[in-house]
Amino acid sequence: MSDVHAHPALAHHFDSLEEQKEAATLGMWVFLVTEVLFFGGLFATYAIYRTWYPDAFAAASHELDVTLGTINTAVLITSSLTMALAVHAAQLGQRAKIMVFLALTMALGGVFLGIKSVEYYHKFAEHLIPGPGFQFEKEHIRHAQIFFSLYFVMTGLHALHMIIGFGIMLVMLWWTWRGTITAEYYSPIEISGLYWHFVDIVWIFLFPLLYLIGRHAH
Amino acid sequence: MTTALVPARHYLNDGYGIKSWLLTRDHKRIALLYLAGVTFFFFIGGAFAVLIRLELATPVGDLVSDETYNKLFTMHGVMMVFFFLIPAIPSVLGNFLIPIMIGAKDLAFPKLNLASWYIYMLGAAFTTYAIVTGGLDTGWTFYTPFSTVASTSAVIPAALGIFITGFSSILTGLNFIVTIHQMRAPGMTWFRLPLFIWSHYATSLIMVLGTPVLAITILLVAAERLFHFGFFDPAVGGDPVLFQHLFWFYSHPAVYIMILPAMGVISELVAAFCRKPVYGYPFVAFASLAIAVLGFLVWAHHMFVAGISVYAAMIFSILSFLVAIPSAVKVFNWTATMYKGSVSWQTPMLYAIGFIGLFTIGGLTGLFLAAVGLDIHVTDTYFIVAHFHYIMVGGTIMAYLGGLHYWWPKISGRLYNEWLAKFSALVIFIGFNLTFFPQFILGYLGMPRRYHAYPPEFQVLNVLSSAGASILGVGYLLPMAYLMWSLRYGRLASDNPWGAVGLEWNTTSPPPTENFAEPPEVTWEAYDYGSPVVEEHV
Amino acid sequence: MWTGTPLFPEQASTMAGRVDALYFFLIAISVFFSLLIAGLIVFYAVRYRRRDPAGVGAAAHGGMALEIAWSVIPFLITMVIFVWSASVYMAISRPPDETINVYVVGKQWMWKFQHLDGQREINELHVPVGRPVKLIMTSEDVIHDVFVPAFRVKADVIPGRYTNLWFQPTKPGRYHLFCAEYCGTRHSGMTGEVIVMEPNDYQTWLSGGAPEGSLATTGAKLFSDLACNTCHRPDAQGRGPVLEGLFGKTVSLQSGETVTVDEAYVRESILTPAAKITRGFQPIMPTFQGIVSEEQLLALVEYVKSLQSLPVTEGTGVGEPTTRLPSPPK
Repeated sequence: MSDVHAHPALAHHFDSLEEQKEAATLGMWVFLVTEVLFFGGLFATYAIYRTWYPDAFAAASHELDVTLGTINTAVLITSSLTMALAVHAAQLGQRAKIMVFLALTMALGGVFLGIKSVEYYHKFAEHLIPGPGFQFEKEHIRHAQIFFSLYFVMTGLHALHMIIGFGIMLVMLWWTWRGTITAEYYSPIEISGLYWHFVDIVWIFLFPLLYLIGRHAH
Repeated sequence: MTTALVPARHYLNDGYGIKSWLLTRDHKRIALLYLAGVTFFFFIGGAFAVLIRLELATPVGDLVSDETYNKLFTMHGVMMVFFFLIPAIPSVLGNFLIPIMIGAKDLAFPKLNLASWYIYMLGAAFTTYAIVTGGLDTGWTFYTPFSTVASTSAVIPAALGIFITGFSSILTGLNFIVTIHQMRAPGMTWFRLPLFIWSHYATSLIMVLGTPVLAITILLVAAERLFHFGFFDPAVGGDPVLFQHLFWFYSHPAVYIMILPAMGVISELVAAFCRKPVYGYPFVAFASLAIAVLGFLVWAHHMFVAGISVYAAMIFSILSFLVAIPSAVKVFNWTATMYKGSVSWQTPMLYAIGFIGLFTIGGLTGLFLAAVGLDIHVTDTYFIVAHFHYIMVGGTIMAYLGGLHYWWPKISGRLYNEWLAKFSALVIFIGFNLTFFPQFILGYLGMPRRYHAYPPEFQVLNVLSSAGASILGVGYLLPMAYLMWSLRYGRLASDNPWGAVGLEWNTTSPPPTENFAEPPEVTWEAYDYGSPVVEEHV
Repeated sequence: MWTGTPLFPEQASTMAGRVDALYFFLIAISVFFSLLIAGLIVFYAVRYRRRDPAGVGAAAHGGMALEIAWSVIPFLITMVIFVWSASVYMAISRPPDETINVYVVGKQWMWKFQHLDGQREINELHVPVGRPVKLIMTSEDVIHDVFVPAFRVKADVIPGRYTNLWFQPTKPGRYHLFCAEYCGTRHSGMTGEVIVMEPNDYQTWLSGGAPEGSLATTGAKLFSDLACNTCHRPDAQGRGPVLEGLFGKTVSLQSGETVTVDEAYVRESILTPAAKITRGFQPIMPTFQGIVSEEQLLALVEYVKSLQSLPVTEGTGVGEPTTRLPSPPK
């Protein structure tokens, strides 16, 4: 089917761009299902220990900085908005706009990671890294370590996903710049957006679970 | 007889350089890359098995030290489960056949497919690194707190290897799901799909849904070891049994990752060598999905003695019985397919017959383990070892070899020596039963698994098992030898040497890179033997 | 060559016969279905072997009745097995009210048994014939598993919690005791023997040696050595709850929940006092994590258990806890 009018982005084994886009979108959704299960294992672990040790978890959660967490939540939600605008621009084939919104998304992601590093640094300075050097009020010192172990793994994996998202955005910027992305072929931007929104949604769950729940107990 | 001619252009002569293989995006070539990988790890894992059986020929533990022995069975398990059994059928046969069987030019994401292979090899490299730098002694199950606190072996590189390989599995599953949804040829409706496709679809669902949970679990183990994080460590109030829940949530469904594709192969073999549609096609197809779904609900039957509550045990027991039903339905349907068939005794069919018999025994002994009152006695003994080897070796490997023989002419364009192949199948069947049947008896007697030395009254049965293992070992080397030999000296295969139905037999042997000279359009039902379309091929 | 090679394990407990009956039933079912399937396959393979190279199988269409039959019949059979096996399991998991209790600590790679009368044993367990015995078990390091094939019982021994196992021996003799959960280098050396004795011999053995007095006495000494008695006083004037008559009761917690005082709760209260504070008390007790060993913990638990007599006890909660397996810490 090597028809001369085939779009340059059409892979040889697809009949049409439409089919190719459907496959790519389905693929991304299946991948996100995998991701849900991936984080699901952590959420399940969190749920179990929280039920067992509510007091220790409340006390430990109190050590997290709600202000920074809230700012970060706002930053991330805004980045979802700029991402959605980038997809919209892509649908219309507005190259410059795509690039601006992608760059904004990346910048907001950078702000998020920066604030996150500050938080990590505070935890480090306050000896809240689980292990032999862990310091915490005596009565909860054992169980609070489970909380902080979960905190670091959950937010760490989330941050890793953001960094991967960064890489994806870079590629998208490059593709947009060199003109691969057009109004006919914008599915790469669209499925990158799916990924980015998913990473945001994970945070939307992490934030209340880690920062908010149980604070009133103290 | 159709005369066999090498097609002028096919996927094997479409480029010869090393780059044309290592950078290929052709699913058929990637399948062969996987074939090389899984074969290599199969023989590595097999070598460990041989050493285990040699050690167990005497009760006192004199051949290797206890430390070495523990590493041997661990690495045997890790190699066989993660680097052979899980990828074997899907990544080799599935990769090669799924696009051809549904009339597509390739998988939906060819680059991702190649990436899967590299990820698999990278994971294998980490695990191999663990093996050569001190080995791994946690058992393939990585139970905490042994793996996190006590073991002094190379847990972290091994865990990383398995973590990485998991992504290969996820991406393969993802690729298959999208391919089966999106890439079917015109006219190839869901109920015209070969059952091989249905079983791979079910397998892919498990890969995509289960593997990430294993990945995160293994990651937590590594984090606990590396950074002294506490998830499963009782010293900080963690629960080691939680690890088992998370681990088996994946690893029980993983058993179905290993057996479902094998069932798909058997459906193809039985249909082709009886020249008959598989009896009860929709029931066999839905049985695959039922197994995939129910497989996620039975994990705690690995934990009946691990202090779970009485009621949890009851629920998981009853669910475990339920998952046996669709497997039984498949066996009955295959048997019914043979009724009034035109049964050929060619090598792949011998493997299929062997599979049905051994899988039946493996499945029935599974009932012993689902029966919670009885499982208490036999779990963690050689009864378990025998049971899962009947499923994994008697089932999966039999089907894999059967499938490899059946599609070998398509893959290589050559025929193997039929008599040698039949002889090997017989050797494997005898060796297998001699190896593993005595282990049922040993298990009920109470011999625990993972024992380096054992009470002397168990010796006779162990010697029988070791003797069987040496026969089995020879049995596995033979196909390796004659299949390799056939690549160069085998007779040329015609497009359809078996007179079978299926799109893969409607193209050349070997197929062209884009699989079909003309994109096929399907107007017939699956396994439509006797219809005029098919007659001309037979 | 078969002399001395058993093909079937000895039956030496009340449970053995029940488990074996279920086993034989399952073997009968397995043999029946294996022979049925194998027989049919071989018969069809011979009877319908391909005679003409171009032969094609007779078209056959799926019969709904057949499909339903071979789904429903196996289902019914498995449900029979389930009910039977569940009843066996209930018997295995529910110890009788009156048991001889033995505490077990597993560690790499040995078994330590602690009798209530004070005898300690390593890798050997002496029990009388005809009396139910309950093992209350924990581990110092990794997961182990007590397995006595002749009794058909097995249970994991898990660090951080107590698990139970019970059996009633029916025949005097020496029986293998295996560690059945892989626990590291010398896993296969972590074996021992259960020595089942006639009641008289057992009494003689019991009186033979208990240099340090009963386990509860050891616990009492520890209780004062660790100065527990400064706060936990019998006169309700202490800063901690009165322990006399407490075991087996249900107490209300600060959080509003209630908890039954069983071995697991006493253990947790020593190691993580703040986790479940009794209503009306302050979280002032220090943790004894790392200060007392698992064996000392058992002695303390047994001591708390023994404090039944002093205050007037009420209700039926006194004696053995009604919970079977201690649940993980909540």
